[in-house]
Amino acid sequence: MISESFIWAILLLPLASFVVIALVIRPFLDRASALSGRVLIGCLTVALALSLWTLAATAGGAVPDFQPHPWLDVGQATVALGLLVDPITAIMLVVVTGVSLMVQIYSQGYMRGDPSYSRYFAYMSLFTGAMIGLVLSSNIVQLYVFWELVGVASYLLIGFWHHRPAAAAAAKKAFIITRIGDVGFLLAILYLFSQADRFAAAGLDPFHIPDIWQAAQPLATGGAVLGGAALTWVLLGIFAGAAGKSGQFPLHAWLPDAMEGPTPVSALIHAATMVAAGVFLVARFYPLFLASPNAMTVVALIGAFTAFMAATMGLVMNDIKRVLAYSTISQLGYMMAALGVGAYGPAIFHLFTHAFFKALLFLGAGSVNHAAGTFNMRYMGGLRRFMPWTYALTLIGGLSLVGIFPLSGFWSKDEILAAAWQGGGSVEMWVSRLTLGLLLAGVLLTAFYTWRLLHLTFHGEFRGGGEREQSDLAASAPPAAAEVPQHHGAAPAGNHPSGVHLAESPWVMVLPMAALGVAAVAAGFVANPQWVQRLVIFPAHWLTDFLDAGLEHGLGAAAEAVHPIVPKFSLEVALASTAAALVGIGVAMLLYRSRASEAIRDPLERMGPVHRLLSQRYYVDALYEGILVRRVFYRAVAGALDWVDRFLVDGLVNLVGCSVRGVGRGAALFQNGQVQWYGVMIAIGSLLILAGYLVLG
Amino acid sequence: MVTGFTGLLTVTVFLPAAGALALLLLARSDRAARLLAFAVGVAELALSLVVFFGFQRGGERFQWVDRLPWFASETLNASYFLGVDGLSAPLVLLTGLLGLCAVLASWRITLRVREHFAWLLLLQTAVLGVFTSLDLLLFFLFWELELLPMYMLIAIWGGGRKEYSAMKFLIFTITGSAFMLVAIVAVFLTPQVGTFDMTQLLAHGVGLSGADLLLPASALFWLFFLAFAIKLPVWPLHTWLPDAHTDAPTAGSVMLAGVLLKMGGYGLLRINVGIFHQQTQQFAWALMALGVISVLYGAVVTIRQTDLKRLIAYSSVSHMGLVLVGIASVQVGLGELTDTGLSGAAMQLFTHGTITGLLFLAVGLVYDKAHTRYIPDLGGLANRMPLVAIAFLIAGLASLGLPGLSGFVSELLVFLGGFQAYPWPTALAVLGIILAAGYILWMMERCLFGAARERFDHLTDASFVEALPLVLLIIVIVAVGVYPAPLTQVFQAGLAPMVDAFR
Repeated sequence: MISESFIWAILLLPLASFVVIALVIRPFLDRASALSGRVLIGCLTVALALSLWTLAATAGGAVPDFQPHPWLDVGQATVALGLLVDPITAIMLVVVTGVSLMVQIYSQGYMRGDPSYSRYFAYMSLFTGAMIGLVLSSNIVQLYVFWELVGVASYLLIGFWHHRPAAAAAAKKAFIITRIGDVGFLLAILYLFSQADRFAAAGLDPFHIPDIWQAAQPLATGGAVLGGAALTWVLLGIFAGAAGKSGQFPLHAWLPDAMEGPTPVSALIHAATMVAAGVFLVARFYPLFLASPNAMTVVALIGAFTAFMAATMGLVMNDIKRVLAYSTISQLGYMMAALGVGAYGPAIFHLFTHAFFKALLFLGAGSVNHAAGTFNMRYMGGLRRFMPWTYALTLIGGLSLVGIFPLSGFWSKDEILAAAWQGGGSVEMWVSRLTLGLLLAGVLLTAFYTWRLLHLTFHGEFRGGGEREQSDLAASAPPAAAEVPQHHGAAPAGNHPSGVHLAESPWVMVLPMAALGVAAVAAGFVANPQWVQRLVIFPAHWLTDFLDAGLEHGLGAAAEAVHPIVPKFSLEVALASTAAALVGIGVAMLLYRSRASEAIRDPLERMGPVHRLLSQRYYVDALYEGILVRRVFYRAVAGALDWVDRFLVDGLVNLVGCSVRGVGRGAALFQNGQVQWYGVMIAIGSLLILAGYLVLG
Repeated sequence: MVTGFTGLLTVTVFLPAAGALALLLLARSDRAARLLAFAVGVAELALSLVVFFGFQRGGERFQWVDRLPWFASETLNASYFLGVDGLSAPLVLLTGLLGLCAVLASWRITLRVREHFAWLLLLQTAVLGVFTSLDLLLFFLFWELELLPMYMLIAIWGGGRKEYSAMKFLIFTITGSAFMLVAIVAVFLTPQVGTFDMTQLLAHGVGLSGADLLLPASALFWLFFLAFAIKLPVWPLHTWLPDAHTDAPTAGSVMLAGVLLKMGGYGLLRINVGIFHQQTQQFAWALMALGVISVLYGAVVTIRQTDLKRLIAYSSVSHMGLVLVGIASVQVGLGELTDTGLSGAAMQLFTHGTITGLLFLAVGLVYDKAHTRYIPDLGGLANRMPLVAIAFLIAGLASLGLPGLSGFVSELLVFLGGFQAYPWPTALAVLGIILAAGYILWMMERCLFGAARERFDHLTDASFVEALPLVLLIIVIVAVGVYPAPLTQVFQAGLAPMVDAFR
């Protein structure tokens, strides 16, 4: 049996850690700042244990139904906070607390000696707590609250080294772009509330998430509370919010910049918190999405397009974290596409496996940075000899990302591809097929850039690291560096010197990576076994079946009519994707044979304009920042309004003032500028009016 | 007829004025003046807490009533009549809170110290009088009384073009007052009405009483509206605000943004909505349009500002536009009413007061220490003054409507109500939250973040006295954001009877 207070504890532990660190350790015990990391790790360990227990209980068939607690009650608008624990929540809890715990242990090594050590763990507590609150929310307003808190925590963490202008700018960019999506989410909430009467007539609460699911289902009296075009618009609003958080095109531009934060933050953002929130949001309202094929089509196509486009940009990046960032955008595209074509279980399964191997890859990048003093792969190379553990673990993460049998990414990606192949969701067949094509092409690209990353970082000879990079930069930026935006690559990470220190990272960093490595291997076949009836405790297709059961429970009676597709393993698809992956790796191997210790010239540069287009990120950032924001909005629109305000609105006021003064010159007696005089005049005037009335009345 | 005399409100309203008098007569030194002002500020905060928490939801509509006959003749039927309902009780608390903050923010003033505190305290009396008067004539007198101290604070202790700004503030407000005076007199002179008693006017409403009004009810509505719209301020009557803010001293800005603008919002809710039901419904579309324009226009112009105080002043225009959006949402459909938006508008008065108060306190500290408010000259301050930076950041995040901080609650309620009544205009106003994120975060980036500058190496962080008001307001902002129910319930108690009177 699940006790409500234990689940609240999962949420409150990291929040309590935030309060303790922010209000006690940071102001009063900053000399003992090491305490702050331990407080959070302690809280998260307990939270992880409780999450595992929640998962076990939920998997055991418990369907908890907790009463919400009133929070805001204004007229019709009543918001009650509550817990919604279903299979997806239970899985997300484990992912969030587990990955966050590993990241925090790693951070103790990575952030050692940072002057703002305790501030870091305060923000991390808030970040983790907000994400836990998000997955637990039973009320859409409550979900929005934690949604925004996740956003602000990421703002604080991306801008953690706020003395670096690039970090401050990246933090702002992340917040504003995600907020553009949030407007869609908020408008969806406003629309739901505007239908409060119709919800009430059906005995539903427009903010309570299970009630919102019901609203899309046909009523006994015929018709649904929510349906038709209105439902599609609500869903597109929700998807806009999800696209912002999950970095889906066209709101993807913030995510690659977000790596300006400390690397463990990137690991958390890209794996378990923040970007996963977008996919979770769509999954959370999946019973509604199932009722709107149009919305599903949009989700599928945006997801598939993003998966492909981001992968192409990942091909040419030189910053190791930037490659990983584009791979995250791409992989989130896989998840969205999966949701779009109707594969609910596989989407979340991929979120689950991706969380582990992507966190691992980022922690590996941080470890590499400790040794090489840079994130620029042009100056790395040959690191496998110095850091065998980091190499082995990054290799596991990378191959899992590519989807090589039998690593976890293989299983989850294949379920998505199989579902798209199989079709049968609410979208048209061509949508499924197009999605499949884009995703398969994405596999090839993923394999290529992953191998390129592994090769440039670990193979060949060492090319000088951060020290060489600094001297190259000092020698009047070489043409190769010119294409890298000025604030990337060059800037050493915060307190980390650009010094080269070729050795394996300390165990406090390697151990959490090893734990994630185990998960990256096991999260696939072990958690969701295929081909076999049963693997130890897990029956075949345990994870996806578990998720689908949760969804069907949410759908209630409507589960018969609309249901997600449950893909089964398909050998053809597995062979096709493996072939694509091997081709990608093969091409990369051919292009990037071991080279001398010179800073290499990327063979891809031979592609000329294509390379330029990709490394300039399709000029999307230039369009957004240079043209839309700076020229169109700031200079033209805001400039014009500012002019209007200065010279028309205020000018008119001054004009009136002047003419009054002109007229008043004759009566200058009264215009002596003394306020006391005006006050007296007002008083006399008022009294005269009253006296007049007294006399006349 | 509501009668009684408990004395609490009389003491609350006039204690600052008495303090001001005592300051001028008794304080021998600047130090004594400061301490006396501080003592009065603390006492006021305590009194306002009593007024707020002593307010019984579900009790009489107006509580803590003080009523004495004043001009009790047949012809001029005015009385000294104070009282609070759910709408004004939180605003009394807000005034007590910001009054103390303003005193603390003036701690370092060296020019004509006693006078400064005397005007500041007198200002508090005037504002409290506006929020608690239940007699139109008394309301008007307090409304006018507020002008003089604010004028002095800007013109004497201000900076920049202080005389120009002070005069502009004065002329704008007086113009509004003239309209209001005409309306008040017209209401009173109408034989069937013939009263200044706001409780009676609220109970019956002018438009619905069928009285043969001296002026058409819609004319009265707009006359009152003009006075309050100038104060709020509403586009296009807002241009006095950036000037007044930029040139006012910190304490003046805190009071101006924190409570003086709220007099406009309060007047709209109390008189326009409270008394002119039919007209409010009839002209809701116009209020909505003005509100949405103020929200967007204010936000866009904010982005262009390079002076910190001007920037916050324009953001106030944008945020006060939300008050109009909330008010306009009172009528959802034909004859269908909701108080969600009204509650949001009232909440916005309170939350914006605390948030902008905190913003101006932080900006004041930045200016005191760095001696500039010109944004391109600032930068990297978080390295030098972390406490101020944290307060600034929290105020900024609250201002852009971050959940968990108070601004979110009022914005959410305004949007919920507004969308029910006018979906498309409200959707436009929602875009304001993107613009708010833009101007707030860009301001933070340019002032607080970036490399530490040599020029600012000598800067010190906030001292204890300077940090005190920051902490006070942060506590309120977080408390209201995390658990808004105590505040919303009181506002609800004040607004529900108003909406009922519509029916």
